[in-house]
Amino acid sequence: MKKYTYTEKKDTRSGFGDALTILGRQNENVVALTADVAGSVKMTDFAKEFPGRFFDTGIQEANMIGMAAGFTLEGKIPFAATFAEFISGRVYDQIRQAVAYSEKNVKICASHSGLTVGEDGATHQALEDLGMMKMLPGMTVINTCDYNQTKAATLAIAEHPGPVYLRFGRPKVPNFTPANQNFEIGKAVILNEGKDVSIFATGHLVWPAIEAAEKLEAEGISVDLINIHTIKPLDEETILNSVKKTGAVVTCEEHNRFGGVGESIAALLTNKLPTPQEFVAVNDRFGESGTGNELMHKYGLDTEGIYKAVKRVLNKK
Amino acid sequence: MHNTTIEKYPPQIRRDIVRMVHDAQSGHPGGSLGTVEFFTALFFKIMDIDPGKFSVKSTGEDTFILSNGHITPVYYSTLARRGYFDIRELATFRRFGTRLQGHPSVHDGLPGVRIASGSLGQGLSVALGVAQGKKLNNDTHLVYTLHGDGELQEGQIWEAVLYAGAKGIDNLIATVDYNNAQIDGKVDDVLSLGNLKAKFEAFNWKVVEIKEGNNLQAVIEGLYQAKSLTGKGKPVAVLLHTLMGYGVDFMQGDYRWHGKPLNDEQLEKALVQLPETLQDY
Repeated sequence: MKKYTYTEKKDTRSGFGDALTILGRQNENVVALTADVAGSVKMTDFAKEFPGRFFDTGIQEANMIGMAAGFTLEGKIPFAATFAEFISGRVYDQIRQAVAYSEKNVKICASHSGLTVGEDGATHQALEDLGMMKMLPGMTVINTCDYNQTKAATLAIAEHPGPVYLRFGRPKVPNFTPANQNFEIGKAVILNEGKDVSIFATGHLVWPAIEAAEKLEAEGISVDLINIHTIKPLDEETILNSVKKTGAVVTCEEHNRFGGVGESIAALLTNKLPTPQEFVAVNDRFGESGTGNELMHKYGLDTEGIYKAVKRVLNKK
Repeated sequence: MHNTTIEKYPPQIRRDIVRMVHDAQSGHPGGSLGTVEFFTALFFKIMDIDPGKFSVKSTGEDTFILSNGHITPVYYSTLARRGYFDIRELATFRRFGTRLQGHPSVHDGLPGVRIASGSLGQGLSVALGVAQGKKLNNDTHLVYTLHGDGELQEGQIWEAVLYAGAKGIDNLIATVDYNNAQIDGKVDDVLSLGNLKAKFEAFNWKVVEIKEGNNLQAVIEGLYQAKSLTGKGKPVAVLLHTLMGYGVDFMQGDYRWHGKPLNDEQLEKALVQLPETLQDY
């Protein structure tokens, strides 16, 4: 198996913030909005360098989304960012009507997603956002895995016309994808080619999936490992090509199993290539307080959980 | 700009409204009839707009955001009469395959519409984005909105009112259709807005009251006054006192006409009261 290494752990939200500052320099139409969490979503550098293009609404997520939609009428490219829960569930109707149905070029940037928010507990742990967003017609939904990929994705969505939901997180995670990579929306990244099982992972679950694959390969199980950074539109071709080889699927995400990438892949396979599948995901419940690592372990969203899921699915083949 | 004198529009737009709602046997005639003078003043007198060059982008012209999206009959009639699209298309209102959706959409490509509305309370926030975008573009054009008074019960409105006042968004004129009527009854009975003028002023807005919101000249004068208050560090609110259903005697002042279609007999009675000043669609 191809060897993946990293020199440091970095947070995905910093990849977003650093890219946003670059975008500010490249394109004067880029504007940034947040709702009282500029520091948390790493917008401080942008705000300092471009104070005239930075808009802090205070604690007003609904107003922020409406404003973002309005900015597009004047040719601006708004990047609106706050915690994933507050920029999805809290403002779903605003996103639905003023952004998605109105076909506005708004970039909805969701930080602090999933269980890895940690100690704040369930109110702050968005585990339903991918599902809500993928149900909106015309919405592109992306969940990146590390600092470099988040940075590349942020730069890429600025060039993509139309609404985008970009999901990233709070913790420092291995930064293993290439610096200055080209990010292609809707094109999955094949991390390893194998023939026994397909592992499709997104976001913070990609690195544990690599570790699980290494362990499995060491036992002689050949793993086709794919980073599904774009949940919608789904890279159906890459997924189907993989499953044709392996005949077994494990999907991995920091999200409720309902509505997530596992469900999207299951729906695809049901239609085109019915295949045994195991879901590494939160099993329809809310999160709780704890460290990110404690929670990811409890809910099975770690290397061990993925490893075990592969063993289970191989028994179903 | 127009060969037709402006006074000819209100009766004709009212004819369009009652005929459209009757034809579709659905829609919202009450608030539509009440705001005809506002729409006429805004689209035929006040705003600097160019229907022939319409783009979903609003750069380089005054911009109108309809926040209480249900009053599409008056909105669509005004847009058509102003030249955004052929008046014959009004006959497709709310029908299968139409660009004239029940509530305004961008998706269907109707000229004149730049944002969807219908779910209430969102338009002021959108307008704030447009207004601040215009400032970034060094564009001195203004942004206008219309809201129902009942719509002001939505929390998001007050987020936007707070923001606009605190940040001094002074290229914005937000008009409230102050007819004291909503679906369940009088606004005062359902959930009173209290002293609305004082509330806007407490949020650092300037307020213009148009007492005769169904008097075209009074509306024009009031909107000019509102315009004169822009550019002075505060957003401007217009409290437009209107009568729901204005112009049709049996509908006037009756909240039950919020979203009810006319039957054949009612249409006939209404049209008698509304002269065909321009050509019917």
